[in-house]
Amino acid sequence: MLHAAVPLNWYLILSAILFCLGLAGYLYRRNVITVFMSIELMLNGVNLSFVAFSYKFRQVDGQIFTYFVMVVAAAEAAVGLAIILTLFKNRQTLDIDDVNSMKD
Amino acid sequence: MSVILFLVFAVIAVVCGINLVIQRHPINSALSLIGVMGSLAVLYLMLGAEFIAAAQVIVYAGAIMVLFLIVIMLLNAGAEGRTRRPSWGAIVGIPLIAVFLGLVSFVIQALLPKSETVAFGQFTGGNARNIGHALFTTYLLPFELTSVLILIAIVGAIVLARKEID
Repeated sequence: MLHAAVPLNWYLILSAILFCLGLAGYLYRRNVITVFMSIELMLNGVNLSFVAFSYKFRQVDGQIFTYFVMVVAAAEAAVGLAIILTLFKNRQTLDIDDVNSMKD
Repeated sequence: MSVILFLVFAVIAVVCGINLVIQRHPINSALSLIGVMGSLAVLYLMLGAEFIAAAQVIVYAGAIMVLFLIVIMLLNAGAEGRTRRPSWGAIVGIPLIAVFLGLVSFVIQALLPKSETVAFGQFTGGNARNIGHALFTTYLLPFELTSVLILIAIVGAIVLARKEID
């Protein structure tokens, strides 16, 4: 047990589990901030599989992709949270079920 | 040793992820997300990605999550209310996600050789020198494009945050 090595599959399955948890949060939560954080969780799960494949092929390219995902996530967080601020200023709510004027 | 480290941090990540999904208050979800990101940083380190591990802690757990916490406190967000009625999608969703997870795990187990293992220190290509070299030679154009993206995001955030929509 002490000297056993971890199979690479475990990292990929962990990444799939995190992605599915993010997906569940995205579908089931109604607070817009929690929905947004679920998206970040999905991005993190995908990042883990990028880094795991970077290890598998002994190449740095997967880590570069992770870096770009981080940059995009930072930009997305800035714009998304500004949208949430504007939403709250105009509607005084964070519940996505109350923001359905485009639906009906 | 690496098995124990992996199991400990994988369990922390999964428990924090479940906690993120089931908590009703956004502050608890945000703190759970920080737990996920911190344990993922350790896993990146075990996969030989030192630079990404540092960036994970600084950018994700540091910058992005502080932004989230500031917005949660600024808006004084409380716990979300109960769902009025269980929709059709909510009933079907969990089994579908479970099926998806099982399918992905099956494909991973079937396609990848099980003999492939991760040993700490076997791949040391993820240091800042190698990342920087790849970033400024092979990936120079995407790197320059991200600067434009960040500029657009800054301008967009400022415009959105001060505009009054009728």
